[in-house]
Amino acid sequence: MTTAISVNNIGKQYKIGAAESKFRYNMLRDVIVDTVSAPIRLAKAMIGKSDRRQNQNYVWALKDVSFDLEEGKVLGIVGRNGAGKSTLLKILSRVTEPTIGTVSVRGRVGSLLEVGTGFHPELTGRENIYMNGAILGMKRAEIDSKFDEIVDFSEVTQYIDTPVKRYSSGMYLRLAFAVAAHLEPEILVVDEVLAVGDAEFQKKCLGKMGDVAQQGRTVLFVSHNMSAILRLTQEAIVLNKGQMLMRAPTQEAVDFYLSSGQAQAGQRVWDVGDVPGSSAPFRPISLRIKNRSGKAVDTVRSIEPITVEFEYQLDAPVTGLRVGFYLSTMRGEYVLASFDTDEPNLFEKFDSRKSGRYVSRAEIPADIFNEGRYSIGVNASSFGVRRYFMDENAIAFNVDISGAPGMHWSEPRVGPVRPRLAWKIEKIG
Amino acid sequence: MTELTKHEPTTIYIKPSKGLAALNLRDLWIYRELIFFMVWRDVKVKYKQTLLGMAWAVIQPVMTMLIFTFLFDRVAKLPTEGIPYPVFSFTALLPWGLFVVALNQGSRSLVAHNNMVTKIYFPRLILPISSVFSGLVDFAIAFVILVILMLYYHVSPAWSLLWTLPLFLLLAIVTALGVALWLSAINVQYRDVNQALPFLTQFWLFATPVAYSATVISEKWQILYFLNPMAGVVNGFRWSLLGIGNGPDITLWVSTGISILIFVSGLFYFRSMEKTFADTI
Repeated sequence: MTTAISVNNIGKQYKIGAAESKFRYNMLRDVIVDTVSAPIRLAKAMIGKSDRRQNQNYVWALKDVSFDLEEGKVLGIVGRNGAGKSTLLKILSRVTEPTIGTVSVRGRVGSLLEVGTGFHPELTGRENIYMNGAILGMKRAEIDSKFDEIVDFSEVTQYIDTPVKRYSSGMYLRLAFAVAAHLEPEILVVDEVLAVGDAEFQKKCLGKMGDVAQQGRTVLFVSHNMSAILRLTQEAIVLNKGQMLMRAPTQEAVDFYLSSGQAQAGQRVWDVGDVPGSSAPFRPISLRIKNRSGKAVDTVRSIEPITVEFEYQLDAPVTGLRVGFYLSTMRGEYVLASFDTDEPNLFEKFDSRKSGRYVSRAEIPADIFNEGRYSIGVNASSFGVRRYFMDENAIAFNVDISGAPGMHWSEPRVGPVRPRLAWKIEKIG
Repeated sequence: MTELTKHEPTTIYIKPSKGLAALNLRDLWIYRELIFFMVWRDVKVKYKQTLLGMAWAVIQPVMTMLIFTFLFDRVAKLPTEGIPYPVFSFTALLPWGLFVVALNQGSRSLVAHNNMVTKIYFPRLILPISSVFSGLVDFAIAFVILVILMLYYHVSPAWSLLWTLPLFLLLAIVTALGVALWLSAINVQYRDVNQALPFLTQFWLFATPVAYSATVISEKWQILYFLNPMAGVVNGFRWSLLGIGNGPDITLWVSTGISILIFVSGLFYFRSMEKTFADTI
């Protein structure tokens, strides 16, 4: 077997600007000084003598990652947000350069990161297929020969000469995916594409990926969806904070990933600098998603209850405070909202709170969520009076549905919830 | 499997590029069809959902010419070396229009396509190049109008010099592309470019003999004046099409030299910044 991808000690360093200048505009004098000196700053920056450089921090988004992948293998990549998965894929698809290290890639890399890139709303489906194909590096003759296949796959045959701005989002996505899927690269890179589209379409995507793998192409598959990783890959690597923790057969890697509760997983901590001054006297400290055994985790099982735990400090007594969260899917649809004083007896007892440190803890019962990734936003306010603190995307978590109702059918279920309903079947005649 | 063995895939080596990297023109050649598609898309989309459609490509330069004629011919009575003013100014508006498109679209090309830049590999040079080329379509339309104007005013072209026109067009493209390369790359990091563009365009128009003749500039300032490469381009167009002016003299070589300098330095600046585009855009 020949090696398709060989990654040697690559690292990627990113600059992050210092937070220092964020709250500088307190005084008109500062604003004027800042405005007047702006052209000088620009000139300095352009000749590379920026005074900003000194207080810039660097972070390694990826460090010391090495692996070889043989042709025709499907490799899963797992890790929580910010682990470096996307950075790795971007380096492999040559979008960005590594800071150190080398990679050799044998053949064309196609990526499903780029679904619909370059689509123009004013162009028709037909025109966009050619445009998008060219962007992905296909020759015109190549697109010509695959055109019918692409249109068939996308199921938008009758609208192919309609501008895509008239398409529904589902049609748009199907067309975009169809082009990317027919690129037929030697190496395919898939990142979270399954987070979009309806159930029917997701099934199609997974099917296409399976086909690609069977044709002997090399596939790199990144997903938060552990069941998809398990289904489609034989081997996986686990990334954490830019470093590769392990490479193992998928089952082993996924077990390790789910059980290690990797460091910060399932936990959000607010530093003093993260909290706007306007939220005083309310000060958020941390937010945790915990599984049944009380461990903060990134991925929870749908058949277990989940605990959402919000810790905060009141620097002065507050009246009428309610603390709670909004839960939504990654596509932005709200699933539910709940507050700690929803219950009348708790409302009576905690409507006014003395200063001190508090924890508001909610248990979400088992068998609520469907497979996927969910986002939690927190909110602390006095109803109709004042909002102290809000963070719309405080934390996200994945739901793994092994053991959920209806799993003996392999089809994905629609909707954000997958409750276990009390079905009864009676024979009445 | 048979499909795969048809051609041996090439191996690509990815490593951090250091200093002045090679221009990688091979990739640009491989992706040449993308330039065509980008230009084609720009042209197709430009006048979509407009009432007048392609007529705008005619209306815009004609209106500018009419305003210039009123201001500089009727009111200011500027000298035109014996050429009717509409023909005189329109000859200059041809390359100027191309340059303005390059300046504006070209400078914004990377930022405008940031979703492509952050998601896919392709030679980034394609973006400024195709926005300059899409200006050529408007150029062609305006050229037809110029022919009509010349027929109407009975101005016969300088037939013996006409063969030089493609060379001046090339000079216009090189100048426009050079400026677009610089500004588009700077724009990725400093969006100040967006703010400066309207002012820059206006200033540049005044510094270029579009509305007036370069002969109004006094002798001792000529060399300095032609440090603006567009001055050389516009003068060249007038010489080549209408036979007025001195033709290739020291001023043209100054403009050409500056133009090539901007272009080559632009290429290298663009190339050296290219590796950070996806991270900073």
